[in-house]
Amino acid sequence: MDSEILLNVNRIRRAFPKAGGGELLVLEDVQLTLREGEIVGLLGRSGSGKSTLLRIISGLSCPSGGSVSYLGRLVEGPANGIAMVFQSFALFPWLTVLENVQLGLEAQGLPPEEIRKRALAAIDLIGLDGYESAYPRELSGGMRQRVGFARALVVHPNILLMDEPFSALDVLTAENLRTDFLDLWQEGQLPIKGVILVTHNIEEAVLMCDRVLLFSTNPGRVVSEIPINLRHPRDRQDPAFISLVDRIYVEMTAKRAEATAQRRERFPGIGLGTILPTISANVIAGLIEAVGAHPYDGKADLPDLTADLQMEVDELFPVAETLQMLRLAELEGGDIRLTHMGRRFAEEDPNVRKEIFSRALQSYVPLATHIRRVLDERASHMAPKTRFLDELEDFMTPEAAEETLRAVIGWGRFAELFAYDDETTTFSLENPQ
Amino acid sequence: MQFLPPISIRESRYLPSRWDLLAALLVLGFVVAFADASQLLTQPFALLAQKRISLSPSHLPEYALRTALRMLIALGCSLLFTFTYATLAAKSRRAGALLIPLLDILQSVPILGFISITVVFFLSLTPGRIFGAELAAVFAIFTSQAWNMAFSFYQSLRTIPDELEEAGKLFGLNAWARFWRIEVPFAMPQLTWNMMMSMSGGWFFVVASEAISVGHTTIALPGIGSYIATAIAARSLPAIFWAIGTMLIVILIYDQLLFRPLVAWSERFRFDQQQSEVAPQSWALTMFRRARVFRAISDIFLAFIKRTYRLAPPAFPRSVQAGAVSADIVWNSALALVTAAALWRVGVFVERNFHLPDLINALGLGLITMTRVLVLIAIASAIWVPVGVHVGLRPRLARIVQPVAQFLAAFPANLVFPLVVSAIAVWNLNPDIWLSPLMVLGTQWYILFNVIVGASMLPNELRDASTNLSIRGWLWWRKVALPGVFPFYLTGAITAAGGSWNASIVAEIATWGDRTLRAHGLGAYIARATAAGDFRKIVLGIFVMSFLVTMINRLFWRRLYAFAERRFRYT
Repeated sequence: MDSEILLNVNRIRRAFPKAGGGELLVLEDVQLTLREGEIVGLLGRSGSGKSTLLRIISGLSCPSGGSVSYLGRLVEGPANGIAMVFQSFALFPWLTVLENVQLGLEAQGLPPEEIRKRALAAIDLIGLDGYESAYPRELSGGMRQRVGFARALVVHPNILLMDEPFSALDVLTAENLRTDFLDLWQEGQLPIKGVILVTHNIEEAVLMCDRVLLFSTNPGRVVSEIPINLRHPRDRQDPAFISLVDRIYVEMTAKRAEATAQRRERFPGIGLGTILPTISANVIAGLIEAVGAHPYDGKADLPDLTADLQMEVDELFPVAETLQMLRLAELEGGDIRLTHMGRRFAEEDPNVRKEIFSRALQSYVPLATHIRRVLDERASHMAPKTRFLDELEDFMTPEAAEETLRAVIGWGRFAELFAYDDETTTFSLENPQ
Repeated sequence: MQFLPPISIRESRYLPSRWDLLAALLVLGFVVAFADASQLLTQPFALLAQKRISLSPSHLPEYALRTALRMLIALGCSLLFTFTYATLAAKSRRAGALLIPLLDILQSVPILGFISITVVFFLSLTPGRIFGAELAAVFAIFTSQAWNMAFSFYQSLRTIPDELEEAGKLFGLNAWARFWRIEVPFAMPQLTWNMMMSMSGGWFFVVASEAISVGHTTIALPGIGSYIATAIAARSLPAIFWAIGTMLIVILIYDQLLFRPLVAWSERFRFDQQQSEVAPQSWALTMFRRARVFRAISDIFLAFIKRTYRLAPPAFPRSVQAGAVSADIVWNSALALVTAAALWRVGVFVERNFHLPDLINALGLGLITMTRVLVLIAIASAIWVPVGVHVGLRPRLARIVQPVAQFLAAFPANLVFPLVVSAIAVWNLNPDIWLSPLMVLGTQWYILFNVIVGASMLPNELRDASTNLSIRGWLWWRKVALPGVFPFYLTGAITAAGGSWNASIVAEIATWGDRTLRAHGLGAYIARATAAGDFRKIVLGIFVMSFLVTMINRLFWRRLYAFAERRFRYT
């Protein structure tokens, strides 16, 4: 391609300081180039720093290292020519549709007639005719996001940044808006030269983008780049489309499995300092049941499973990973397979389930074992929460420590391994009747 | 969470209904009855000899303790009133129609003017005399808190989700059990917040109500308020500073030992599952929860409450039922009787005491005070809105400023009398202008406080969007910041304006030793009538002030508020 380079993201690094010293790395060594005429998708789980990257590109936030250059110039603050569309629309509720759209032009100090002309043109283009004097609260979600688009487009930006713009909409509305946007883009009616789309929806990325960058989590890194050369309009039933979606699924799981495997090599099993995700024991049990039941009978393809459960891959992964951590299931190449204990869990009644879960906790979650042992050793069989919180904070941020403890409390309660009183913030062995 | 504006602001009708008129008549009848009773009794008392108030700082702990106790008792009474009055208003269609307008009118009655009437009345009730004065002081604090708390509770009762009540009924809870297990917990967070804010006002009134002279009767109850009054009469600057320091400590203790724990505790009753930005923390609450003593006490209380569930429920009047016709007749005739009595009372009073020139005079003074209130609120807004926005957008700064603003709101105006009176005397200033700032001394903080809350609630994405669109300077204030905080600002301004009317009674006359400065206004009119023991003028003053406050609420603030609710709320 000989097209012009619009944006260059060079070795971006972003870290947040932790309360107890040290720092939390959110983005590491991110490279990205946006050329004219391209839609680039950033795909990854929540927490992979995609949105942080978007904020850095738009100049809303500063990187800790590296640089962003737009048309050859360094971005050091909100840049003219880079506009943004927000997940929750970010419309000003006290301004009408027209006033919302005009706002960006007023900030540029254009003459009133021109402001009006351009705003009306943008409203016309995006299909909001007749809604000019309506307030955002009178509009449906889809219409609100159209205002968000019109407001971003009216300033004639070169680059449009979209932060999960369709994820707050229902399925039909989102599809309608996506199609309309793609049509305008294909026909060259939009005053923009390039688009960066943040999403966690794989199909959406394949549907819209020319290139997809896969992000890892903790810290966020670009782990692979997948070009999508399908012709527009793209068809979800097209075998090439389906195989691309599957390929991305596999790559995301493979990368994650690899990362988990690497971690395991470095530390035998997970340690006391592993951050645990707050996943309810009910959800864990639910997934085991789903995989154990017909038609999967113990082994499921993750893309099929996500579609079947009507979940996002984003929501399913942490649960599947937790199953893997507890050795109730194994993840491999986009598949999930129940282990022997997992199968038994699926078949048995609640009491046996609690027992299996309790054993898994004690074998594979050192923190749960640790809490239980401390309680057993103390004469009162009680211990304050802060005792464990302090310990955890040697390894992680206070927020992560809170979350980890919350997760282990939930599991411990389900397994009846220990009790916890939130009023007095103490752990104990006694379960109230 | 925010402070609730007065009732009339949140109503949707503009014209007063017949219930509003009836409520106004009843309140007026009540005031007149009090005044008549007081008028008869004012002579025999003469000077009430009390223990002299000592200016020695060593007495301050005792005085502070007494003042704090008065506050606590009043708070208990307010809670009791809240639980009964608001419940009745919410549960009974008949009672609600009258009780809510009544609350609205009561909110507009100037407490400081009312004190003078009630003091003499309460003194007459008790032969022990000092006890009567104590009752009057507690009653004054009560009137500064109860209306707002009752209204908050009423609002909560009206918005309880049906499924909660239905679940309670399905589990066989009777009305009494539902009240304690569902309704009170549901209302708790909002009620706690309103209690805390009303308390700030309460400090202002306790100081005014402890030391008061009505005609020949002078009362000085041992307490911080009397200490301040004595210090002012003796022109003792060190004593004023001691008083300021003591106030600071007492308010701080109240905040740490009572309100922080309450706010943190009531957090768990929040029904909307969303976590507040930062969960309120309280070391005292943690201590209470850990300590066995407190546990034992609360267990006994809970066991007691649980036992009462089995008793028959006190019958709340049921709404709309078959055979309600006869009850309607009883209720209506009772109302007619009370109305007739109030009419007769007011009629006799007016017939005996009313002179048109008096009314015109009072109205004219009322307009002066009104101008003063509006101008001062405008000036305070111009200062505190930008400051509040600036602070509210910086959470760390807000956490420091908010408690300070809350303390300043509790600061009684007469503590700065020495400063103001000396300054006016030295530069030979016009008291009509330069006494005015005293009126907003304690109330302006409501504006700051609310604007901070509003600015901190501005959604992050809106801030990002305005940065992305490069909106800066005046455009940013006009299109982003000011509209964003407007509904919050308005609640603050309404509260501040209401408080300033009240404060005018102490702020339009300032004394320092033997030097007294007077401004023209309705506040000074009431204050002077109080000092002279002229109940005719006190009633007239209260009437005119209530009338003006209600009118401004209905004609000005309510329109603005409705507009703000419609236009500026995030959905």
